[in-house]
Parts: sequence; C-alpha cells; structure tokens
Amino acid sequence: MTKNLRVKSSEYIDETNRISFKFNGKTYHGFKGDTLASALLANNVHLVGRSFKYHRPRGIMTSGSEEPNAIVQINPGTSRTEPNVRATEVEIYEGLEASSQNCWPSVEFDIGGINNFLSPFFPAGFYYKTFMWPASFWEKYEFFIRHSAGLGKSPTSSDPDIYDHRNIHCDVLVVGAGISGILAAKIAAKNNFKTLLVDEKNELGGSTVNENNEFNKIDNKNPSEWLKKEIEELKNIKNLEIKTRTSVAAYHQYNYLLAKENLTDHLEAKDKTNKIRQRLLKIRAKKVILATGALERPLIFNNNDRPGIMLSSAIKKYSEFYGVACGSKNVFFTNNDSAYESALSLYNKGINVEAIVDIRNQSESKIVKKIEEAGIKIYWSHTIVDTAGYKRLNSISIMKLSNDGTSVTGSKISISCDCLGVAGGWTPAVHLYTQSGSKLKFDEEKQIFLPNQNTSEQISVGSCGGDFKIDEIIKNLNQKLKDSLNIKETDLDKIKVEIDKENSKRNIWLLPSDKPLGKTKPFVDYQNDATAKDIKLALREGFRSIEHVKRYTTTGMGTDQGKLGNMHALGIIADTAGVKMGELGTTTFRPPYTPLTFGTIVGRNVGKFFDIFRRTPINDWHVENKAEFENVGQWKRAWYYPINGETMHQAVQRESKAARESAGILDASTLGKIDIQGSDASEFLNRVYTNAWSKLAIGKCRYGLMLNEDGMVYDDGVTTRLGENHYLMTTTTGGAANVLGKLEDYLQTEWPELDVYLTSVTDHYATASLCGPNSKKIIKKIIPDLDLSDESFPHMSFKEAKIGNIQCRIMRISFTGEHSYEINVQASYGKDLWEKCIEAGKEFSITPYGTETMHLLRAEKGFIIVGQDTDGTMTPIDLQMDWIVSKKKYDFIGKRSLYRSDTMKEDRKQLVGLLTEDPNVILEEGAQIVSELNQSPVEMLGHVTSSYFSPNLNKSIALAVVRGGKDMMGKQLFVPMENKNINVTVANPVFYDEKNERLNA
Amino acid sequence: MFLIKCPYCGERDQQEFKAGGEAHIERPKQPTELSDDEWAEYLFMRKNIKGVQFERWNHAHGCRKWFNMVRDTSNDEIKAIYKMGEKPPAQ
Repeated sequence: MTKNLRVKSSEYIDETNRISFKFNGKTYHGFKGDTLASALLANNVHLVGRSFKYHRPRGIMTSGSEEPNAIVQINPGTSRTEPNVRATEVEIYEGLEASSQNCWPSVEFDIGGINNFLSPFFPAGFYYKTFMWPASFWEKYEFFIRHSAGLGKSPTSSDPDIYDHRNIHCDVLVVGAGISGILAAKIAAKNNFKTLLVDEKNELGGSTVNENNEFNKIDNKNPSEWLKKEIEELKNIKNLEIKTRTSVAAYHQYNYLLAKENLTDHLEAKDKTNKIRQRLLKIRAKKVILATGALERPLIFNNNDRPGIMLSSAIKKYSEFYGVACGSKNVFFTNNDSAYESALSLYNKGINVEAIVDIRNQSESKIVKKIEEAGIKIYWSHTIVDTAGYKRLNSISIMKLSNDGTSVTGSKISISCDCLGVAGGWTPAVHLYTQSGSKLKFDEEKQIFLPNQNTSEQISVGSCGGDFKIDEIIKNLNQKLKDSLNIKETDLDKIKVEIDKENSKRNIWLLPSDKPLGKTKPFVDYQNDATAKDIKLALREGFRSIEHVKRYTTTGMGTDQGKLGNMHALGIIADTAGVKMGELGTTTFRPPYTPLTFGTIVGRNVGKFFDIFRRTPINDWHVENKAEFENVGQWKRAWYYPINGETMHQAVQRESKAARESAGILDASTLGKIDIQGSDASEFLNRVYTNAWSKLAIGKCRYGLMLNEDGMVYDDGVTTRLGENHYLMTTTTGGAANVLGKLEDYLQTEWPELDVYLTSVTDHYATASLCGPNSKKIIKKIIPDLDLSDESFPHMSFKEAKIGNIQCRIMRISFTGEHSYEINVQASYGKDLWEKCIEAGKEFSITPYGTETMHLLRAEKGFIIVGQDTDGTMTPIDLQMDWIVSKKKYDFIGKRSLYRSDTMKEDRKQLVGLLTEDPNVILEEGAQIVSELNQSPVEMLGHVTSSYFSPNLNKSIALAVVRGGKDMMGKQLFVPMENKNINVTVANPVFYDEKNERLNA
Repeated sequence: MFLIKCPYCGERDQQEFKAGGEAHIERPKQPTELSDDEWAEYLFMRKNIKGVQFERWNHAHGCRKWFNMVRDTSNDEIKAIYKMGEKPPAQ
C-alpha cells in the first residue's frame, strides 16, 4: 500500500516541498499543493471511510466539494478538530492529521459492516416502520439509535480561532473562476464595473486548466495554455478583486450573497494562531454572474460504490492537475464522450487504460477514434452488471445492453481493474441560481435543469447555464455579458475556437443488471446509502411528491446534499411513475451550498460580544462591593449584596429590613427615561395613559399605566411635569425601547397633528433611589439648603437642586412604600452621587439593596411589576386598579377594549394576595392554584406570580392571578405541589402599611 | 435579506428595519361609538395575502421613521415605498 502513484510533475504541485501528514494514525507524504485526497491517492489509499447505514467501505469519488464519501475528521482530539470535512477540499500541511468517520474499531475492520449483510432488513423508512411500537419503547430505542448514528465528533473544547464578517458592495459579483468566470470578470472589470471574482479552490481556472487534448483549440492554443495566459492578465486589471478559497454558501433575494473565505485552514498550526481563520463575506452585488460550472454525474449500477470507483473527470483532474494516477489498471464506464478525454489524458501520460465500457451504440467523435487507434478496447452497448472487491475494486462484470436499455443479454465478461472512472454526463450547478428564487426548466433533450426565469439582476454563464462546449460557452457568454452590462464590444468578439463537435449521449437513469433490482445495490445517494430500490419502494408505498420521497428515503439529505445523485433520484422517480422530469420538479436547493462552520456564522459575536450588555454608571461600585448581578433585558443589575458569606435569602432579608427600618439605596439608573416636549405634550399623555394628565401641576409626579389597544397592561411608570410643555416619563427597565417605539408609532401615524417630541434619555441620567425613614436626613446632609418639608416637597413632587456644582433632579416618589427620593444626575456623576449618599448614610447604616429586595418590598405593598404579575392578558380592572382608569376621558389607547364583552367578564383572572396557612411556607412562583383537591381533571384557577418571605411581616406573602379572585377574599384555596398540598387564603394584595402612612414617616 | 429604500435615508439593509403589519388601517376616531364587532374588526382582523400587500415599515435602527411599502409577498418584490400620509400608488 505504499506504492507511489505520482506519475508526472505538475506545475500545481511543488515537489521540492515534501509534507508529512497522518491518516488514521499512519504517516504519509505528499507535496505542497496536494489535497488530502490527492496525497492519499498518490499513496494508493482509496479506502477512506465507511458508509452511513451499511458501513460499506468507501473511497474517494470526486475532486471537489461534491464529494459524498471521503469525509473525514480533521485533527481529531484537538480543539481545532472538525468533522465531516471533504478530503477533496483539504489542502495538506505539515502536521495535518485526519481520520475516517463512522467506523469502529477501524476503517479496515468495521463491526458495523454487519449492517451490509443485514441490509434486506433496513429498507427505506426502516426507523419509522420498526420503532413505532410499542410506543412506550421509543425511549429505549432512541438511546441505541442516537448512539449508532451521526458522522464525526464535534470538538469538546472551545474554538481557539478568530472569525470575522465583512460587508462587500460591488457592481458585479462573479461566482466561479473557471473559463466563463474568468472571462466574465475580466470584461466586467475592463468596462469599469467594480468586480469581485470568487472561487472555492485555491487556484483559478476550473476544469479548463486540465484541457490538454489536441481536439480543442482557442486562438490556436490548447485551452489550458490559453486560459493560463488570461489568468496571468487578470493581475493587471483594475476594479477587480479576486478571492480564492472562497465558497458562496447562500444566494438570497436582492442579490445578497454570503460567502465563506478560508484564510488559515491550509496553514500549519504554528501559522494559524492569532489570525482570522474564516471570514463571512456579506456581499451586495448590483449584478451577479453565476459561473458555477457543472458537476459530473455518476452512473447508477449494481455495487457502484466500491473504493476505486470514481468520477471520470476526477481521475482526469488527479492526473492532470496533481500528477497522480488513481489506479494502475483503469477502466472507464460512460454514456458520453467525457470519459474518452479522461482516458486520453491517462494514455498520454503512459497510465494503463484497460477498456472503456460505453452504453451508447457508437460515437463519431475524433477523440473516440483516437482512443480506438490507441488500441484501447471499447465495449459499445455494454453495461456494468456487477463489481467486485470489498475494500478496493478488483474487477467488473459487463453484459450487452438491450436496445431499450432496460435489460441485459448475452454472456458476462469480467474485466480486471483497480480503478473505474464513471461518466454519466454533466449536471449544471444551479444550486445558487435557485436559492435566489429563480426558476428552472427541464431540458428534455439534454436531460438537465436549466435557468429559466431570473428574479434578480443575474445571468448564468458557461456550463451552469447549459453551455458545455468551449465555442458555445464563449459565444453565449459574450452575448449575455453585452446584454447584461450594456456593452458593445468585448475581447471575445474575435476569439477563434475549434472544437470536436460530436456530443452524443445516451441517458439511462438506472442501469439494469442480470440480477433483479431486489438483489442488487445500485447506490443513488452514496453518503446516506439510499439505493434505487429504496426509491422504488417509496413509490410503491404511495409516496409521490419528490420532497416526500427525499425525506422518506433520505436521498440527498447527507452533508453533500446529494450533489451527485439527486438527478438520478428524480430520473428514477419519473421513469417509475411514468411522468416527465420537468413535471416532477426538483427538491428545494437550500443554503448553504457547502457546509459552513458555526464560527463563520457567528463571526466576532462570541464570548462577551455574544449579546451586548449595558452597565449603569454606578456599576463599578457594585462590583467593588461584591454584588451579585442579574440580567434585566440587556442590563446587568445589582441583584443583592451578600456580606460574610450570606446566602441570597439571608442577604435579601437583611436588606429588606434595613430599608424599612432605617435607610436603603438602590441603583435605579436602568429605568427607561423618555423626555417629552411640545405644546401638545399633555394631550399626548392623556391619550397614551389610562389616567388624566392635563391638570398635573408643574413640579408634580404621577404614576401612569399604559395599555395596548387590546386593553391589556403594557407598561407603567412615573411621569414628572418639568415645565408647561415638558415631561419626563419613566418606563420599566425592560420595556423602555418598546415604549418609545410605540409612542413614536402613534405620533407619526395616528396623531401626526400633535406637536410632541420624544427623546430617549435613559443613558443620560444615573439614578439613586434612597428610601427609608432616615432617607430625608441623608438628603439633608448632602443638600443642606433644600427645603424637604412635606409642604414644600410633598410625596409625588419634584425639585431641581445642586449637589456642589452638580445639577440634579430629585423626585419624591416611592416604589417601596417608604419615604423616599430618586436623585437623577448626569450619568458621568452617577458614581460620585452614589458614594456621597453612602458616605452621608453611614451614620444611619445605609444599606445598598438590589433588585431582589426591591421586588420584595414592592410586593409587601402589592405594587405590580409589569411582566411578572402581568402577562399581556391582564387589564387594569383585572389588577384591581380601577382607580387609575379615567372614566371622564373620551379616549385613550386601549379604552374601547375595556368595554368588550370579554374584558368585562366577571370571572377573568384577577390579581389577589395569597397567604399561606403556615407562614413559613413560601409558595413557588408559577405554581398552580385550585379550589378542589379531589376533582379530576382538576380546574386550574390561576397561578402564583410573585412570592417572598417578608421579614417585615415575618410571614410569607404572595401575589397571584386567580379566576374570579376579586370575590374570593378570605376564601381557602390550594396550591398542589409535587409532594404536598399547600393551604392558602385569598387576601388583600396590599400586605403592608395599607394606609400609606410610611410615605410621610 | 431585502434592500429597502427608506424614503428619508436611501437604500439600507433589511436588518435596520422593523415590519409593522398591514398599512392603511386607521385608528377609529370615535372608538366608543363602535360595536364590539366593529372594534374587533379594527383591532384584530388583518389580511395575509399571497401577492401584493400594503405594509408599514419602520427604519428602527436608522431615522426611526415609519413609512409604507407595497410588497409582493409571493416573491418579496418591493413594488413601491411612500411616506406616511401619502396616497398609496394605484395598483
């Protein structure tokens, strides 16, 4: 197995740069320029993996991104490991390690191979059919199924690489740098279009750089030589950017395309560090030129999947581009002339070609004559009926094909070979084209789907547009470019092309064998082990839609998305069901064209950039004082401040007591703040809040409840009248952005006549909320000249003041029920203000408290939190807040909905207080509430929305929403929990200081 | 991802915008005089057509202006964009 099959030096392979790499633990050598696949083939390694279902040995089939079999795990066991990588796309580098997937203990000896012999028991839909009953056993089956399924292993440590995103705007994007793409890009750029040319390979030129036979000429040169000169010229063209190793993954509407640019995957580990590994290019192109080429089709015959069976074009590419002979006894199997080009390429290099098996009756092409003259045996009208060789092909059996192509006759001929090149014609790569929303039509003559109706500014040129011969390609490309880019003359006008004209083809989707279909294995989807038999079975079982057959048989659902076999699947369905392929349509081509790494998709949005967070100006103090934080929307808010190893419960109990007994301080900077100005500001507030605002005096504050148009509570907060036409609205922390958006919406669309201006000032102010019976004394210390008497500065009023030179706004408002002040200063002075309060409060043992204590204190007072005690189904009436709904106002947002029959029902869920029979039992938030324990099914009356142990009342308290709860005062209900039923009593939701005496304490 | 021509800012990526549902549904001037059914018609009933649809859009991460768009929902072609208060183009 160590035989070197390098046959000829290639300009793309640097034989002075020898590279060692490991495959399945064994060291091999290749050269700079090799892919993992070409290097393995040069070492005569064909067996690289096992198939998904039957664990059949599989080899390298292709030379590109369409590879179904040679998918490997790169650098296994490291943080850079990556599963399901196509060996045909991996450029080797010193130290590369790769291993086979889906086999155990090894690719040479795989226990799962037993599935191959059990295959009659694994028909299409096996899982659906087998594991359906008994239904309760699914959990047991699932364990084993999950265990044996899956290709490759994900990395277990975090990704060490950096990924990036970049936006690109261009006039013309050319996808694919084969002959069509290169010429298109050149002409576009020369005509002053800002052009971007991308190709997934590291070298430009596509398949034309392998065109060396004497029958095709461009300007009297062979196409390979001619194209290399064109590529050389690209370097000197302005307006042209070229990106290699860049594959377009998705083509969305409005010519928005996503491409993955690979920057370091081909480098040694030491050169990968601190570099961007892959970059997602977000491209907006005025025009898109698709030059994505075509993929060679395999042929579907019995046992067409053995290692050593490859696409004919791949054999040619390995020989011409990489200088590697894929076998020493080569046979080709074909339905068109392409295989002869590959055969000729091998013949010219002195590689043995044993025979060509052609299902056609004859061909008149010059190239076929040349092969005949070379003495290579051609079996016309023959098909392969079987192949042999478990881990490597060793022979094929062929038989004469009947005239109608559905059966075989005569005697079997066996041909010994170790490599079989299969040529089934070409399928235009229309994946990106259809992703853009454009529509295909089926060409019955060529048996291919072609671009038909474009939805955006785009053209498909070259073989992806259905032109396969160089003369057609250049002629049609030239015309399409002139039309699309509106240009009159191009370099292509004068090009002379000579080609070998003959291009006869005989298409048979499923080739017959001497054995019945049930006894053969003609693979359609190699990766997912779907055979022609499975597809026919699906049709017999009644599946008709191509989308259903796909899912039932898993054809085309592997990581290669059926790039090779999908057309055959369609063909077999059409033949079996007796419909035309054009009528059948195709399955949907979904992005990505080739897999993307998650890293590329997320780019820089990882770690601390995964989701942005906002911190208050006082944040550093909270961190220094060991606060625990909670996320509220995007804000990081101080949650509680544990001292000396306190638990959360202990800390919150201490903070809650301190705030009521002496003084507490809360960072309230996160509350949404909207500055409202304009001569109609009061009228505006009248329309958006449920209560009346016209009579609010300057310098006074008022609590407002905002509804949605459906009458449900949307947000709440205190708004202060700063001047005749000037208000400062506060919103909930989480609702700030939505409230601003909603207010802007009404102003712009429903009430454009109102003179009102809204500005978000949330980030402009820092807010310290000082509460407790000693709060007044602390303020007095900080601002000695401020009149804090109840007459001058009563509850729900506002004053401007100065702390030193710092201007501040002080609102005497309270969310805790205590005498309290909210001091607002310009954000940059926030921490300074906070520290002043802490300093001044020392003698009163001022206690900083977090959001948890704030929630507890407000619950003692029965104040709601929108979003916790409400959920978008609660009206103010349900919340027992009838007092805030103006009966006099003609209209406000949501008013009419409060009089709908549904919102007026008596038995809606209503907010109530709950007290547990045992005052030490704390209810769980979200727990269900019932009135009967022995009913089945039991009726759920509602649920607990807020629940705490109140240190100030020395008992547990809860808020809940209960159906018809308003009329249940004093009634006993139950909260059934997993192990016990908790007895509760419906109570007034205001548990503490019902008469609000403490506000003025 | 659409490319949307905000009437105030010009062409911008769709991610700067927020869709706001069907356009030209005016809030009733006298809600209290409507029956439950009439109010429900305004409040809840929205078209969801496959084809040409009139929609509200907001340049939320830009100028924050609302505007109207005529869009074919079957292929996402934007047929027209016009400011709030302007007359919709004839179909």
